[in-house]
Amino acid sequence: MMTSRTVEIWVGLFVVAGIAALFMLAMQVSNLGTYSGGEGYEIQANFEDASGLKVRSPVTMAGVTLGRVTNISFDGKSFQAVVTMRIEEQYNQLPAGTSANIYTAGLLGEKYVGLLPGSAADPCEDEKLQAELEGREPDLKGLDCKPQHLAQGSKIELTQGSLVLEKLIAQFVSSFMDSKDKEQTEKE
Amino acid sequence: MKLDSLRILGHSGLSFFQRLGRGSILFINILLGIPALLLRPGLIIQQVYSVGVLSLLIIVVSGLFVGMVLGLQGYNTLVDFGAEESLGVVVALSLVRELGPVVSGLLFAGRAGSALTAEIGLMKATEQLSAMEMMAVDPVRRVLAPRFLAGFISMPLLAAIFSAVGVLGGYFVGVNLLGVDEGAYWSQIQAKVDFDDDILNGVIKSIVFGVVVTWIAVFEGYDATPTSEGVSRATTRTVVHSSLAVLGLDFILTALMFGES
Repeated sequence: MMTSRTVEIWVGLFVVAGIAALFMLAMQVSNLGTYSGGEGYEIQANFEDASGLKVRSPVTMAGVTLGRVTNISFDGKSFQAVVTMRIEEQYNQLPAGTSANIYTAGLLGEKYVGLLPGSAADPCEDEKLQAELEGREPDLKGLDCKPQHLAQGSKIELTQGSLVLEKLIAQFVSSFMDSKDKEQTEKE
Repeated sequence: MKLDSLRILGHSGLSFFQRLGRGSILFINILLGIPALLLRPGLIIQQVYSVGVLSLLIIVVSGLFVGMVLGLQGYNTLVDFGAEESLGVVVALSLVRELGPVVSGLLFAGRAGSALTAEIGLMKATEQLSAMEMMAVDPVRRVLAPRFLAGFISMPLLAAIFSAVGVLGGYFVGVNLLGVDEGAYWSQIQAKVDFDDDILNGVIKSIVFGVVVTWIAVFEGYDATPTSEGVSRATTRTVVHSSLAVLGLDFILTALMFGES
């Protein structure tokens, strides 16, 4: 029989090892280490086709994950998919004219939302630039100034939905058939 | 005689339900004994040592080898699709969801459960339990409850160690031997393994297996015929019944946890 001190030390080591293993699983193996829930702001985008996109799919810009899809619903009026995304707080400088596309990671990979920075048509910015060129104070009166950055509740206007393979094939086949028809009529 | 065979069927049915009833009463008595036990942590620590710490070696070694085999087999299949970067996901998901709790449950039944049954059965056969009762010490609270609690504590920790070591084994084979990209291995795992859905469910599974295996082991020992043959039979029954229980319960739990999505 071992002394109870040795036994206690071994049990302590065992419990520490078990908890360390759980901690490693939580931080290194699961998404808990990378996922910061709660913080950030939500933006929305309407897509013609959001097939393949899932809740928790990544939202990326330039290949860096900025946030995740939090909700996907259907708008009964426009018959479009409404995708809500939560962007992390530190990325609050996205320009208002950002467009959203649904891409596929790899040939058979999962879908993700790719954001592309762009500038929205904004009379205020135009006026500021013009004033800077002419060396005068910008005159912003009477202009409809929009917020410059995406913020809580913003909506992305420019979107491109998922590409469905069947649709692409159908387009290709129909264009192929059209060209064949044309050839035949030309021959005649 | 036809009536005789009917009688045998009835007898086995009755004895089955009697055992089930005795087991349930014992389970409740053990649970009732746990609050008083928390005042004497020395008893629990002693049992966690013999149930958990002594099982550590077999758990770590099997976890390592299961992870390494998963890495090899997964790689051979995935490389055909050019998807060997997903090797980490295959290894981590199969370990965390299934193999971690199930294989460590089976090993736990073989290593710790059989030892528990043999120990308690022998205590009964040598009338140590009766001696305790003579001294007004409740053997259920003094002998069975600490062992049960130790199994309940040890099993989730063992399963977590098994999974963690397995993922590292898969990493060793995949990244160091087969040349999977190290960053892809971990990032794919982090992208696909969910903490709530996968890891917590695995922990819940291992807790359930721990309770069931220790319950069966403790009951078989306590209910053993107090002869050397009876103890050996009880030990065999522990391993067989708890392995079957682990596998059967695993199917039910998997259907409940992952069946809907």
